[in-house]
Amino acid sequence: MSSWYWWMILGMAMVTYIPRAIPLTFLEGRELPEAVQSVLRNIPYAVLGALIFPAVFFIQENIWFGVVGAAAAFVIAIAGANVMIVVLGSIAVLAIFSGFF
Amino acid sequence: MNGREFSAGLKAGTSIAIGYFPIALTFGLLAKTTGLSLLEATAMSIFVFAGAAQYIALSLITAGVAPIVIVLNTFVVNIRHFLMTASLNEKMVPDARWKKALYAFGITDETFSVLATQKDHKLTTTFAAGVIIIAYGSWVVFTSIGHLIGANLPQFLQAAMSVALYAMFIGLLVPSMRGNRKVVSLALIAGVINSLFYFTEWLSTGWAIMVSTLASAVFIEWISRKGGRKS
Repeated sequence: MSSWYWWMILGMAMVTYIPRAIPLTFLEGRELPEAVQSVLRNIPYAVLGALIFPAVFFIQENIWFGVVGAAAAFVIAIAGANVMIVVLGSIAVLAIFSGFF
Repeated sequence: MNGREFSAGLKAGTSIAIGYFPIALTFGLLAKTTGLSLLEATAMSIFVFAGAAQYIALSLITAGVAPIVIVLNTFVVNIRHFLMTASLNEKMVPDARWKKALYAFGITDETFSVLATQKDHKLTTTFAAGVIIIAYGSWVVFTSIGHLIGANLPQFLQAAMSVALYAMFIGLLVPSMRGNRKVVSLALIAGVINSLFYFTEWLSTGWAIMVSTLASAVFIEWISRKGGRKS
C-alpha cells in the first residue's frame, strides 16, 4: 500500500483525538451550569444502555447467541460477581451453548 | 505517580483487555485479508485506537472509497466521544492540562464506561492511566498477533467471545442499577431510542448512540427536576 494510507491514518488519528481531547482540556477549571452538570452525570448510564441495546442481540447471525449471552451476563452480574467474572462467565456459557448448535 | 492507584487502574482495566482480545485479533486478521501489511495494520491500532472506526475503515478500503471520505466517516463515528469526555471531566480530579490531553487519547467507549462507573467520587490521572494502558496494550498487541497468526481461533470460541464487551457493559451497569430507578430508566430509555434508530436506519450508529444518550440523559434530568419541585 502506498503513502495515501499514512495520510489517511494521520487524518483518522486527528479526527478521533479531537472529540476525546477538547472537552477534557477546555473544560478544565471551568464550572458548568448546574443543569448541564446533572445531565453530564446521567451520561454514563445512558451510554451503557445505548451501547448494549440493541447491538448485543446481533453479535452473531443467530439472535439466540446474543439473547443467551446477555441473559447470562445479567444473571451473573445480579448475583454480585465482579465485571471480570461476568465477562468470563458469559463467554463460558456461550461456548457451552454453541455446542448445542 | 502513586503505585497503588496505578495498579488499581490496571486491575479495573483488565476486563477491557479481555474484551479487546477477540476484537483486536479479528481486526488484525481482516486487515491482512484487506491487504494491509503488519506495520500498517498495527499502526492504525497504535494511532487511531477506535474499534468501530477501524473496522469501518477496512470495509471502506476494500470498497475503494477515497481516503478523505474514510477520515470524515471516522469523525462522524467518533463524535460521540465529545459527550463522553465532557461527562468524564466531571469525574476526574483536576490536573495539568497536558496530562489530561495525554490520557484523552485513551478514552474509548470501554475505558469511558469503566472510569465513569467507578464508585469513588473523583478519579486520579494515575488510575485512568492504569485503565488506559492495559486496554491500549491489549488492543495494539492483539492487532499484531491477529495479523501474524492469520488463522482463526476455533469458530465456537470466536462466537462465544463476541459477547465479551457487551458482557462487560452489563457487568458495569447492573451494580449501579440496584435500587436506583434513575439509572434503570436512563439505560432503558437510551436503549429503546437507540433500537428505534437501529431498526428504522434513520441515523448511522455513531450519531444514533450520541442522540439516544443525550435524549435519555436530558429527559430523565427534566423529569426528576419536575418531580423534585412537586414534592
